[in-house]
Amino acid sequence: MKLKAENISFKYPSAKKYLLKDINLELDSDKVIGLIGDSGSGKSTLCKILSGYIPKYEGNVTLDRKPLPKKGFKPVQLIYQHPEKVMNPKWKMKQVLEESWDVPDEILEEFGIQKSWLTRFPQELSGGELQRFSVVRSLNPDTKFLIADEMTTMLDAITQVQIIESVLKIVKERKMGFILVSHDMPLVEKICDEKIYLKEINNI
Amino acid sequence: MEKLLDVENVSISFIQYTKGLNQRDLKVITDLSLDISEGEILAVLGSSGSGKSLLAHAIFGILPENARQNGKIKYKGKELSQEDKEELRGKEIALIPQSVNFLDPLMKISDQAIGNTENDAEKKEKKIKQREIFEHYNLGPEVDEMYPFQLSGGMARRVLVSTALLSNPKLVVADEPTPGLDEKTVIETLNHFKHMKEDGVGVLLITHDIHAALEIADRIGIFYSGFVIEIAENKDFSGDGENLLHPYTKALYKALPANGFELIKGHQPLHGEISQGCPYYDRCEMRFDRCKDERPELIDLGKKKVRCFKYEEGVENET
Ligand SMILES: Nc1ncnc2c1ncn2[C@@H]1O[C@H](COP(=O)(O)OP(=O)(O)OP(=O)(O)O)[C@@H](O)[C@H]1O
Ligand SMILES: Nc1ncnc2c1ncn2[C@@H]1O[C@H](COP(=O)(O)OP(=O)(O)OP(=O)(O)O)[C@@H](O)[C@H]1O
Ligand code: SF4
Ligand SMILES: [Mg+2]
Ligand SMILES: [Mg+2]
Repeated sequence: MKLKAENISFKYPSAKKYLLKDINLELDSDKVIGLIGDSGSGKSTLCKILSGYIPKYEGNVTLDRKPLPKKGFKPVQLIYQHPEKVMNPKWKMKQVLEESWDVPDEILEEFGIQKSWLTRFPQELSGGELQRFSVVRSLNPDTKFLIADEMTTMLDAITQVQIIESVLKIVKERKMGFILVSHDMPLVEKICDEKIYLKEINNI
Repeated sequence: MEKLLDVENVSISFIQYTKGLNQRDLKVITDLSLDISEGEILAVLGSSGSGKSLLAHAIFGILPENARQNGKIKYKGKELSQEDKEELRGKEIALIPQSVNFLDPLMKISDQAIGNTENDAEKKEKKIKQREIFEHYNLGPEVDEMYPFQLSGGMARRVLVSTALLSNPKLVVADEPTPGLDEKTVIETLNHFKHMKEDGVGVLLITHDIHAALEIADRIGIFYSGFVIEIAENKDFSGDGENLLHPYTKALYKALPANGFELIKGHQPLHGEISQGCPYYDRCEMRFDRCKDERPELIDLGKKKVRCFKYEEGVENET
């Protein structure tokens, strides 16, 4: 799998200046990629473009030479930096998961998600519990590329190892691509094969 | 130094309605005690879901309606009622919340940071202070006019931190103030706490960032499944963690990316399924027979505390 970005430029409607300018990237699914950059420099925005959550931008994003589908399931899945912001507070967690896929019990077990949490609302879970839902939600069998935006910031060190090892195992098994956005440099050094610094590819 | 905060034997449970009209109590915090003095920083580390945020919310008086709390929370020696908490909140006691949903989506950032004011003079004064502290956290004037959805993740975090510290609190409850922040900003935030400590402010620093905790904390409390399982000294988190007492604390330390990224299996017990015995029983490698049915107390070892039978006779002298 190849995720390719060609001449991506982007500016928020309310902003005066371009945030991203002429970004070119070619990402291979057989490497774990770390995306690094200052706060506010546009990492999450770039992730939203690469996964199809921001539809209007200049340039092209392709997955194995094909443009991302405009409708339906998103093959490039984004694990949001702040899951509490994007989960519908009126939906129970069961519904949140089912909207993406039918998660088997083994996966729930592996990610430390208790059955009893499925009947709760997002605001009735701890930060790390919600983050685990957000990860599992993205692991739909049709996911081809996974972008994890600060995926484990709300987890204790032990749960962080468990979740990362489990995700990496699934990524390898299914030959999925994996991009990790993180400020945690020891973590990036530990698991990434390659590092990309946003400021080096952004021509603003 | 005078005691600022005393949490005494606090338990928190949720009423859950199961099938039909059956109702059961889910205990998420059990018999929890800790204290903070003026000019002291107590860090709290612990497993995800161990009750750290709920403790913060209990101190601040913002537990959800279906939560039930027992035990006492005292501020400067006086037990706090809900009214007291509402009076102190945002003034003497400040909360840096973990969830960015604490930001009001419909209000401009600078307006919510300043909060209610009595008159124009006060508003002006607060505005100047707000700009100053925002500038400190690298939040330029354009941020004042933004709405929460326009902030990056790290910017939202910095807004939460600077807003809480704007009020000159005596006690700061910081629930994960630094996730997703770069190292420079983390250090900036920690330095801010250090300066406050020098001014006699007490800080409860809840964090998963062990390095951050070690940087500034006087003592470190470790939570597991709603229990305090160890109160350690800062210096115990060094080497291979051989001076840490509880097996969970040791495992936590060794799981750090820089200390081996060691995988251990299992999760904290299901709520409502915490056994009679030690909450760590099912994962513990050195458990004894009695650990299954008998619950260890938090044993006082002078400067440290630990909840594990192994230390009933004290700690063997380290050579
Ligand atoms: N409204 C609620 N109803 C039922 N259970 C709840 C509710 N809110 C929280 N809990 C449960 O209480 C436990 C403690 O939650 P808390 O948010 O305090 O954890 P935490 O230690 O802050 O975890 P994290 O590090 O993941 O943020 C969790 O298992 C959570 O699922
Ligand atoms: N919806 C929006 N409307 C207008 N501006 C926005 C919007 N979302 C983000 N921005 C701005 O775009 C810039 C980049 O934001 P982005 O979230 O991509 O940064 P980031 O690199 O992920 O930062 P962090 O490390 O803090 O999460 C910021 O200046 C932010 O204020
Ligand atoms: S009390 Fe027993 S089970 Fe609990 S941590 Fe100590 S040895 Fe292990
Ligand atoms: Mg971001
Ligand atoms: Mg929490």
